[in-house]
Amino acid sequence: MEINGVQIVDTFAEAFGMRASRVVITAASARWAEIAGLSMTGFATSVIGCKLEAGIESVLSPEETPDLRPGVSVLVFGFDADGVGKRLIERIGQTILTCPTTACFDGLPAAPERVVVGGTIRHFGDKFQSSKLLDGRRYWRIPVMEGEFLIEETFGVQKAIGGGNILILAGNEIAALEAAESAVTAMREVAGVILPFPGGIVRSGSKVGARNYKNMTASTNDAYCPTLKGRLGSESALPENVHSVLEIVADGLDRESLENALSRGIRAACRPGVVAITAGNYGGKLGKHHFHLRELV
Amino acid sequence: MSNEDIRALPVYLGKRHFRLDDFFDVDGAASDQIRIAGDARKVKWIGRDMTMGRITIEGNAGMHLGAYMKGGVIEVTGNASDWVGAEMSGGLIRVHGNAGGQIGAAYRGDLAGMRDGTILIGGTAGLEVGMRMKRGTIVVAGGARDFAGLEMRGGTLVLGGAELRTGAWMMRGTIIALRSIEILPTFSYASRYNPTFLNVYARHLKTLGVDLPHLAADGSYHRYTGDVAIPGRGELLVWEAQTS
Repeated sequence: MEINGVQIVDTFAEAFGMRASRVVITAASARWAEIAGLSMTGFATSVIGCKLEAGIESVLSPEETPDLRPGVSVLVFGFDADGVGKRLIERIGQTILTCPTTACFDGLPAAPERVVVGGTIRHFGDKFQSSKLLDGRRYWRIPVMEGEFLIEETFGVQKAIGGGNILILAGNEIAALEAAESAVTAMREVAGVILPFPGGIVRSGSKVGARNYKNMTASTNDAYCPTLKGRLGSESALPENVHSVLEIVADGLDRESLENALSRGIRAACRPGVVAITAGNYGGKLGKHHFHLRELV
Repeated sequence: MSNEDIRALPVYLGKRHFRLDDFFDVDGAASDQIRIAGDARKVKWIGRDMTMGRITIEGNAGMHLGAYMKGGVIEVTGNASDWVGAEMSGGLIRVHGNAGGQIGAAYRGDLAGMRDGTILIGGTAGLEVGMRMKRGTIVVAGGARDFAGLEMRGGTLVLGGAELRTGAWMMRGTIIALRSIEILPTFSYASRYNPTFLNVYARHLKTLGVDLPHLAADGSYHRYTGDVAIPGRGELLVWEAQTS
């Protein structure tokens, strides 16, 4: 199967069940909302190394936010609800509470599974905090030097999928990067999906464990490293005309949105200079969510 | 209930028992909506303990409208008397005209008034609005008389204006005055700002047709804390429009 002369490899992306929350961050201006969102989602590329995967899902207009101010929607993914809750407390406490003019709201109010976030962060108020209960939702007002920080008591957590991916195999680095950027632009239009890596792109895809170091949980995906083609001890998966590979990892709130994002990404990545699109998997043994590339397009 | 059953419902006139159809004509199909037309200003306890549905009163309503209400909607096109929504714990009461005193209040001897829900008064209100209210929102678009927010325990009281001793002995909660009011000497001035939580209230109240000023471009709120005579941890937020 080919799109624009780019081969779509008959394989599948293997993804994992996760838990996710949506955090709506608002601020006095779109700029400060973005700064807060970027701070909160920094160092959140891989749940293995960062305990959390996070990214900005979308930019929100004042009409779309609970407090009628500009905002951003952030999605965070973790292994379980307890972990998501702990990470939210850490990250909101250090990056949103501290950021000028911000407020923080639950973006999954209908989710039955809840984690206490504002209800813990409120202790920063040293008993000077107060709360408001409106429409069944409790908000904490924490006095800060600037004025007041507002945060919702609990945040919803729902089942989600993490680790959806595609690999872009290209003839050179520039073609790979341009194709990946094009895919990222297309995938970021899908609600409920984030691309947690820098700029949405991963250059250092990994395999589970390591061949030569016992304590490594992950190491370079040598089969897809162009510089290791023909090297003893490594079995390359790359055709001869591939000289650069970039990966895009996507996390989604549900299968439908993730399928949509991967589909858009594959189509957008099929550009001149790209040889093939494939995906990372572990033979289907580790993740229960399989996204077959040819079914996506 | 059939219309015949409704007609047979007991009604008290003082201590005497009567049937409902001694005073009202009953018609219409079975529904969770009731429309009361005519002058009901002497009819007390309309919507008492109501849990769902809608009551529309075309005209005036008597005392204790929606007292102990838990859910549903009551709408009065005219005026209402005292004790509107007293000790209610949910639902919405909207009075387009004026209301009496003790709106959302605790009955004498009870510790807590309104526990949740919303009361919207389009006109003015009487004494002791929100007395000992614990949660919920009361909006009086016009002015309220003395002792609004008396012994308030929580919740939010929005006043178009107020007479004397607003917030006396309040322990917690928020009183928002949209016009300048006389501040008790037992309240301390804190600062001038635009609280973010009011944006959330503004959005909520907008859906109910109430405009709450919240934009920094339009003005800001003076914050007073008190009543230190208790000592309480309540707040008075007094709006001051931006003058260009």
